[in-house]
Amino acid sequence: MLTLEKMLVALEDWTLSADFTVPTGAKVAVLGPSGAGKSTLLAAIAGFLPVASGRVMWNAAELTAAPPAARPVSMIFQDNNLFPHLTAAQNVGLGLRPDLRLDADQHKAVDKALARVGLAGFGPRKPGRLSGGQAARVALARALLRNQPLMLLDEPFGALGPALRTEMLDLVADLADETGATLMMVSHEPDDAKSIADLVILVAEGIAYPPVPTAEIFANPPKALSDYLG
Amino acid sequence: MARRVLQISPATWAGGIALALVLALSFGSLAAVALRAEGDTGLGPADWAAIRFTLVQALLSAAISVALAVPVGRALARRRFAGRQVLITLLGAPFILPVIVAVLGLIAVFGRGGILSQALGLMGFEPISIYGFHGVVLAHVFFNLPLATRLILQGWLDIPSERFRLAASLGFGTRDVARVLERPMLRQVLPGAFLVIFLLCLTSFAVALTLGGGPRATTVELAIYQSFRFDFDLGRAALLALVQFALGAAAALVALRVALPTGIGAGLDRPMTRWDAASGWLRVQDAALIALATLFLVVPLAMIAINGAAALPSLPASVGWAALRSLAVALGSAALTLLLALSIAALVVRRGSKLAEAIGTLTIAASPLVIGTGLFVILFPLIRPERVALEVTVLVNAAMSLPFALRALVPALTAVEADFGRLADELGLTGTSRLRRLWLPRLRRPLGFSAGLAAALSMGDLGVIAVFASPDGGTLPLQIYRLMAAYRMGDAAGAALLLLALSLALFWVFDRGGRLDADA
Repeated sequence: MLTLEKMLVALEDWTLSADFTVPTGAKVAVLGPSGAGKSTLLAAIAGFLPVASGRVMWNAAELTAAPPAARPVSMIFQDNNLFPHLTAAQNVGLGLRPDLRLDADQHKAVDKALARVGLAGFGPRKPGRLSGGQAARVALARALLRNQPLMLLDEPFGALGPALRTEMLDLVADLADETGATLMMVSHEPDDAKSIADLVILVAEGIAYPPVPTAEIFANPPKALSDYLG
Repeated sequence: MARRVLQISPATWAGGIALALVLALSFGSLAAVALRAEGDTGLGPADWAAIRFTLVQALLSAAISVALAVPVGRALARRRFAGRQVLITLLGAPFILPVIVAVLGLIAVFGRGGILSQALGLMGFEPISIYGFHGVVLAHVFFNLPLATRLILQGWLDIPSERFRLAASLGFGTRDVARVLERPMLRQVLPGAFLVIFLLCLTSFAVALTLGGGPRATTVELAIYQSFRFDFDLGRAALLALVQFALGAAAALVALRVALPTGIGAGLDRPMTRWDAASGWLRVQDAALIALATLFLVVPLAMIAINGAAALPSLPASVGWAALRSLAVALGSAALTLLLALSIAALVVRRGSKLAEAIGTLTIAASPLVIGTGLFVILFPLIRPERVALEVTVLVNAAMSLPFALRALVPALTAVEADFGRLADELGLTGTSRLRRLWLPRLRRPLGFSAGLAAALSMGDLGVIAVFASPDGGTLPLQIYRLMAAYRMGDAAGAALLLLALSLALFWVFDRGGRLDADA
């Protein structure tokens, strides 16, 4: 269970507050107008932004001051999820050992993860020779291999076409089911939320509201959401 | 952008140590000099003459370089011709051209036995001499006219092409374009260009060593050297070193108020369409300017190739040994430059400080000879200075190359961290893993360029080695100077050709190595 306890992120002239819990295994869509603080929320949970006050907890462990790599989190960013000078297999292997000194079993695990996302045999390719969808799959393969209990997606499929995005979202949902990970994904497409999320966190005007069941929030949208949906 | 969670990382430690080393070199050696300086004797008339000469030649060299560069830069900006790109690349070459090589080339053209004197002789005139005041200025113009031209050309190309299109639609003539577009640009660019060249001429030692000398053409740096080599008067050398530092510091203070251009940027090969300069007379004028500037640059180098090639097969063994020592110094200096620059760049990028710029300005005004004097004063009681001549040269050369390496590395590392810093943090890519898996592969190009520059600059450096070296030791540039002093001009030309080839090869190998197989 992820707990944000009176968490406050203070940027130069702007703050974001959050005070809620996310149950383990939930699939949560983070919705809201652009600039409202969706990415800021994820960055604070992942440890990229310092928290001004309040606490971030995963189950009983306090994460508030932990560096990003020490948190039970895999995050997939909007772009630059792969190092262009490393092969797909190396990019995935980084999820096991940052120094890439992999043993035979670990190499097998890398191949297996690539195969799981439909990229068997693509290991030796560098990102320059992958399509946008394939690159996203490599990042997912790494997240699968890292097997962290909390998976954060900061709109990584924004640049993909609608059909490909749906395909990737289904893959993400399947992977989350297989690993039992808790999923939080930023999106500005209400349809993304409807298709895979069981909870929605609305972010508007500096506040991240507690998660609400997806069906409920769309049936009876609060003002901030109906303003955004138009 | 919010501040990252602060951590003391190994990169921070390395950066701190590197920074301390650079500051110790610049200011620690100065303190050693200050303690040793003998204030009671004061500056004699010869010293005042040296100060005056240093300032006058630097002012004149900078003024002539900039004044000539304006028409040449304008011609290059508004004309397209075959070989334009090669010529613009060539304008960058003097930066890594060993001074001693250029001096030999200039002597072969403008010296008493040079081709110009021979031509004058055929017409019944006296041969001219290159030694003394005008020779020093000539050599400085040779080195800095190309630099000034590049800086001014950059200014021209920074004027948006839409402005020229607008000027053409309004029916502007050449004079209108000059008044409305070009003069405002020049007012911005010229002070910086002038100041950079003034600073370079203020601390240029090898030109004064080879072409100057005597009571009427001695710079402060040359006087420092002579105090060491001929009088072994450490107190006077130290006093002069303080004077040199004061000159450099004063100029650097002025420079801080003027934005200094870098001059090693890319993208100068973009030509522009100029509707106002289409007249035949202007074409002829521009063509003549470009041809003259090219001849001024190329003929001395061609003379080195011609004179040197004949002597190359029969070079004395001492030249070969000196070349090997020079290669070792150049490679050591390049490695040390990268180590220092990468450490400081890491510190700067992680901490977001302005240190890089400060160091850049500090070392462009610092004199290697002053640093050398300081090290000599410190080392002299401990060890025979000639035993550490090569090591000291490696250290001082690396410090001199540092600002250029930082200028290449800091923006590149900033971009790498902006693009991939979060991903690397998320994956726990820290310490050597981050260095090996992220920084080194992503920084190959600027690292290769910096290493090439540092190696070439060190290969051709004739400065601190002249103070430290024993009579039978030293580097290839020093060996060439000794051959010149012994009037063995043939051997000197051969060794100069070797030095030129080695310097260019070093730059090419490293720079090319950084580009090969680089991923987008």
